[in-house]
Amino acid sequence: MKFFRSSSNQDAPQATAHKLTRRSSGIGEIARILNSQEGLCVLDVGATSANNIQFLTSQGHKNYSEDLLRASLDPALRTKDDAGNAVIDSKKFLDENLVYPNGRFDIVLCWNLPDYMEESLVKPTIDRLWSQMKAGGLLLAFFHTRDAGPDSTCYRYHITGTDMLEMQEIKFAPPGRPASEKQSPRLQRVFNNRHIENLFRDFASIKFFLARDNIREVLVVR
Amino acid sequence: MDVPNVPQSGNSESRERATIGKSVVIKGEVSGSEDLYIDGQVEGSIDLRNHSVTVGPSGNVKAGINAKFIMIQGKVDGSLNASDRLDLRKSAVVTGDVTTQRIAIEEGAFLKGKVDIQKEMGKGAAS
Repeated sequence: MKFFRSSSNQDAPQATAHKLTRRSSGIGEIARILNSQEGLCVLDVGATSANNIQFLTSQGHKNYSEDLLRASLDPALRTKDDAGNAVIDSKKFLDENLVYPNGRFDIVLCWNLPDYMEESLVKPTIDRLWSQMKAGGLLLAFFHTRDAGPDSTCYRYHITGTDMLEMQEIKFAPPGRPASEKQSPRLQRVFNNRHIENLFRDFASIKFFLARDNIREVLVVR
Repeated sequence: MDVPNVPQSGNSESRERATIGKSVVIKGEVSGSEDLYIDGQVEGSIDLRNHSVTVGPSGNVKAGINAKFIMIQGKVDGSLNASDRLDLRKSAVVTGDVTTQRIAIEEGAFLKGKVDIQKEMGKGAAS
């Protein structure tokens, strides 16, 4: 398992403090709902964003924040299977994360989590989210296409209230390493459309939006 | 930011600041009438409603914190109730629900929990 890009990779896009922007049809649909309704229960499982917290709470919504990618890198989750292979304890992960009553959330913002998370955690995480969403609730996720490459930048996404998203590159130190050794998380895999449909097979409907930056946006309805 | 920029609660009486140093471990209830800087370990509860609480980079708090200003640079496992402002610096790791009027979160901070932004002190949360 390799969760971070090589530190010697100088060709990757450079970290920048400023925010990039991208147009997002998926967040455009969600923004319309957020702007027209009050009191929605929103779970953001991406990297913590003050912008998102401010936006959601200022609109009268309840905001829950849980950075699942960082939580999944907790060394305490590492264990070995019967054959002695290093694996991640998905049961322990779900005992410690996403601990909410069933049917709580109207909207779940997954962002690019499935692409960067250890594969064994992805399906259990989506299944847990399914149980914690209300019927008719929306989940937004981004998936890279094959053309994106393993060093695709991992971003923190900031809602603006429109169909424009602001993005900042995410870097953090691998577990047990000093802050000076911050690296970007590495793309773990590329899901094709069939994989994505299987991942969300328990959901009522799924809608794909193809973007020009090698990203497929997926908006699913519980 | 490497040098802690400790928020002051404002009135002259509160300019004094107590410090819980790196080697200090406290279990129980912490309350008082001055600002507090924590770089050690506290387990229990912290209640300084009209003053500021800063958890320094080495601070490890397993307690709910109730204060006017709260700044977190270290690790907190517990609810945070800041009647005025909450600052989470880039090294902050917070697990717990948050209630405040204003919030600032530096890139890199980790927050796991529910966030309620109150419009006015003492009034209902926005949520």
